[in-house]
Amino acid sequence: MSAAAAPRLSPVALMLVILGAAIMAAPLLWTLLLSFKPNADLMRDSGTAFSAPYTLENYAAILQGSSLVRWLVNSLIVSLGTTIGVLILASLAGYGFARLDFPFRRTLFVFVLLGLAVPEQAVILPRHQLFAWLGLHNSYPGLILPGLVGPFGVFFMTQYFRAIPKELDEAAMLDGASRLTIFWKVLLPLTWPAQATLGVFTFLGSWNDYWWPLISATRSDRFTLTIGLASSQMNYAQTSGLGFLMAQAVFASVPILIVYVVFQKQIVRAMAGTAAR
Amino acid sequence: MADARARRLAGIAFVAPFLTLYVVILVCPLLMGIGISLHRADLFGARTFVGFDNYARLLVDPVFHQAIGNTLLLTLMIVPALTAITLGLALALNRGTVAAAWLRGLFFSSSVLSVTIVTLIWRFILTPDAGLVAEILEASGRAPIPFLSDPDLTIPALAITTIWWSIGLPMMLFLAGLQQIPQDIYEAAALDKAGAWTRFRRITLPSLRRTLILVVMLQTAAQLQLFGQAQLLTAGGPSGASRPMVLFIYEVAFVRWELGYASAAAEILFMLVLAATLLQYWAVRPREDQ
Repeated sequence: MSAAAAPRLSPVALMLVILGAAIMAAPLLWTLLLSFKPNADLMRDSGTAFSAPYTLENYAAILQGSSLVRWLVNSLIVSLGTTIGVLILASLAGYGFARLDFPFRRTLFVFVLLGLAVPEQAVILPRHQLFAWLGLHNSYPGLILPGLVGPFGVFFMTQYFRAIPKELDEAAMLDGASRLTIFWKVLLPLTWPAQATLGVFTFLGSWNDYWWPLISATRSDRFTLTIGLASSQMNYAQTSGLGFLMAQAVFASVPILIVYVVFQKQIVRAMAGTAAR
Repeated sequence: MADARARRLAGIAFVAPFLTLYVVILVCPLLMGIGISLHRADLFGARTFVGFDNYARLLVDPVFHQAIGNTLLLTLMIVPALTAITLGLALALNRGTVAAAWLRGLFFSSSVLSVTIVTLIWRFILTPDAGLVAEILEASGRAPIPFLSDPDLTIPALAITTIWWSIGLPMMLFLAGLQQIPQDIYEAAALDKAGAWTRFRRITLPSLRRTLILVVMLQTAAQLQLFGQAQLLTAGGPSGASRPMVLFIYEVAFVRWELGYASAAAEILFMLVLAATLLQYWAVRPREDQ
């Protein structure tokens, strides 16, 4: 970040930023605090969260046999499946649209881009019907497939392939390399930064998706973490207790916060890209 | 000649896998949706063609009107506040210090959480029997506030939760926009002894015009489709006071099983979102040469 345009903050601005930071952090810290409290104490009064005793029993309970681990595995399968699928499909199509010539190429590209204007609401109910006919509900393909058809990845990869100098392909072509070889050996390795950015975003989006898995995965053993936590939240009164519930929230946040911390650079770069468009 | 044909086939082969899925899972449902909205249909396949009856019913359905009103109110509460807050944060945190980097991380962190976790956290901030706000009020001797059940407070509660959740992306977009403003403009302005407010009005704000439009339109499209927060925090209640359009669609389809009626409502929402998106292009295009 450049510092030239950043004079010292006025005291009022500084106070506001600190207040904002407190409002951001307080809910996270409160959740963390509750997750370390015995449920019986919280049952009496959640104000006990501010004083000892603290315990790890809520986390132990998660690992010992709640459905949470199962949901975590489901989320990993669905999110990784979606991410890999998007990267493969978007790279192939992006290369095709950027580099190859075939009938109706421009028309087809526009046809794909129009999909960017279609919100999930316009397709989700008929898609639910379609997947019911195909017998895909409560299955991993049923959860993964809808994540593969977003046009953004294709648009993003096409732009990226277009920015690579054509001389590279031509030199390889003179050496007698096939299209597939050029794609696989010459160009694809150059797109790793784009793959990382698109991959992180696809993973985050898929991990946090709510609407589709809510209606497609109705059996508890097929829940993703997001849907599983929603069901615990709805049934909270009858079950486990506040501390356990909050430990679940923390447990479910950890994988995604790790992804965020590790891939912070890609996320920021992608933001800059969106703004520059 | 044969070579040209082979090359064309190769091109199609590269785009075919995506295009096939795109047509089957996006384009087909889009067209099916229009068809279903013209039928009386349940979730299990029974269909009767009813023309525009579903749309006519929506026009006079007070529950749907309430949902549209709630959606617009939420959008109006969230988008301007979120835009102003995130622009202010971006201006304050656009500097190279370690503290600024940590704060950017903190303000962005909530956006990687799923809606379920966000509502879980905020339920136990806002709920009057165990929430953090209630504990603080109690400690100072005041009565807890029923944020999640008072019809006047549910929408503001959803708005606050949503702002807390969504602050990261627009802040990052503004930061990226600020990075693209050439520094020499500010240096020239400093030589002219332009004050901070003048620099903001004359340089920063005009340079951020595209980002500003992008943020407003992305957020408008997102908030028109607000769903999970309302379903999980307030269940749209009390008596529909906080039910947005997507929750209406969900309930009609999956609780009342009236798929045709829900599809018609979904088409209307689609038109609303599309209008907001087109407005963005219209707002950006005319002066793009600047």
